[in-house]
Amino acid sequence: MNLKPETIALIEAAIPKYPEKQSAVMPLLHAIQKDIGFLSNEAAEWVANKLGIEPINVLSVITFYPFFRQHKIGKRHIRVCRTLACAMAGASKVCDKMLSEFDAELNGVSPDGEVTVEFAECLASCGSAPVMLVDDELYENLDSAKATDICNKIKAEAKNA
Amino acid sequence: MAIHPKEHRIVLKYADEPGYTPKIESYLEHGGYDTLKAAFSKKPEDIRDEVKKSQLRGRGGAGFPAGVKWSLVDRKSGKPIYLVCNADESEPGTFKDRQIIHKDPHQLIEGMMISAYANDCAKAFIYIREEMPHGARILDEAILEAKGKGFCGDNICGSEYSCDLVVHRGAAAYICGEETGLIESLEGKRANPRIKPPYFPAVLGLYQCPTIVNNVETLCDVKHIMEMGADEFAKIGRPNNTGTRIWCVSGGVQRPGYYEVGQITLGELVNDICGGPLPGRSIKAIIPGGSSMKILKAEDRYKGKNPDGSEYDWGLEDIPLDYDGIAAAGSMSGSGGMMVLDDTVSIPAALANLMAFYSHESCGQCTPCREGSLWLKKITTRMVHGEARPGDVDLMKSVADQIAGRTICAFGFAVAWPVQSYIAKFEDEFREYEESLSNPDTDRTSIKELACNHG
Repeated sequence: MNLKPETIALIEAAIPKYPEKQSAVMPLLHAIQKDIGFLSNEAAEWVANKLGIEPINVLSVITFYPFFRQHKIGKRHIRVCRTLACAMAGASKVCDKMLSEFDAELNGVSPDGEVTVEFAECLASCGSAPVMLVDDELYENLDSAKATDICNKIKAEAKNA
Repeated sequence: MAIHPKEHRIVLKYADEPGYTPKIESYLEHGGYDTLKAAFSKKPEDIRDEVKKSQLRGRGGAGFPAGVKWSLVDRKSGKPIYLVCNADESEPGTFKDRQIIHKDPHQLIEGMMISAYANDCAKAFIYIREEMPHGARILDEAILEAKGKGFCGDNICGSEYSCDLVVHRGAAAYICGEETGLIESLEGKRANPRIKPPYFPAVLGLYQCPTIVNNVETLCDVKHIMEMGADEFAKIGRPNNTGTRIWCVSGGVQRPGYYEVGQITLGELVNDICGGPLPGRSIKAIIPGGSSMKILKAEDRYKGKNPDGSEYDWGLEDIPLDYDGIAAAGSMSGSGGMMVLDDTVSIPAALANLMAFYSHESCGQCTPCREGSLWLKKITTRMVHGEARPGDVDLMKSVADQIAGRTICAFGFAVAWPVQSYIAKFEDEFREYEESLSNPDTDRTSIKELACNHG
């Protein structure tokens, strides 16, 4: 496991926050996924060893929670809310626009490797529906035109990276 | 955003004030942490009594009285007592806790530290959903600020009492909003809810210790009860429905958003505050308290007898907007997430949308829920795709009836209630799908978009 020093620091800070070490499984998985992009079996074993639990205890957590993933995704993680309030406000068209702009399939990595577009369940911002998350940023009151603007922004940031 | 004159803001009083920030300086300038300081001159049991006297009910969904919840805590076990704030806000239609966390995090910390002192808690946690990464950062920073000023952590306000506060992030699983599922998740496990009895959190909660799990808004209300007194708090709203509530309105209204109100009617919220339906449209139905709650139909009359023997006969708009009012109309106020469905919305397609949600979010522990929610997703999906089979409506009812009450946690009801109530109120619409929409020439674009499950 080749983790960045800041990831190691996050991990070392997380463990003593809890009365029992196993509680730190999720913060550790968050830190490693942010660093490496996904959670391999090696990562599960590393976390298990770090916390003194069995790898299966870590793997069972990884496979339960939708945010934890065992595969690589695009550089940017786009999650379009699909639940009722957003669907009534046009989420489906917003998602279609995101997919077509990047020539991507739902849940797949776009051919240029830039994005993965997924549907997410209710993002708790129904008053400004439809919404989506691009990594940590929430975009609200979307329509096709705004979706195009966001795609252009992502593409421009990719060029400048 | 201008505050509507019919609002009664206490929890959100400063949230949208120009210049107000999540920083501790803003909070202190507005009298922040004065209530916590004053709390240390009181005995913990007196604070607990005050909260009980206020009749504060939980704002997360079930509406259980918070003071009673606190009174059930096993204080003789000799084990540490934990306080957990449920900030997993995931019930479709709900976005109130988001406002508090992002705009006024210190109010939550103050409410939590008062509650922790009142219950002699050894440690406190905030379980926040993964999809609010900024919220988690804001809370982490606010806790550091509060610790720096002695409002959290060691020797709070110079007293003998210490309580650490830790922010714990979820990972996109709705079931973590169920309090025993949340506890499992906080222990670093799959969020499979626990069976009650014996695992009542008040006795056998986090690490098998007595644990209190309260919603974000509930914990903020504790601060206001201690500030204004239980009697003043109880004067807002009617008995058993005390204090303000933050309602989240989405869907077919002119001004969707979050509104904190005292005692008003559903019509005052939807028509006066939210501006009513969009031009040229009419309201068809309302889901009053988050997607799990039973639907209310616009033209129905809501009749019954009050506990005092008097009778009520309400239209949808007349329903008192509180726990007992919505319960009397046959549904629940839940988490305050109100979704308005106008006349453009196909009820079977809306149900297909929600069944995709519930089948995705079932933890899989109980067979009726795991299998039943998937069946319901499949049936509603084929209905939307024009492939309904004869008998599908009855099959859906049968599946829903076999889930409700047959699972470890209330998620089973959350799956069944929409199915049972949508079919009961809009059976004709479902029968129409079952019978005529198998016509291959029917344009299904809009209903497929509403179902939005790509299934």
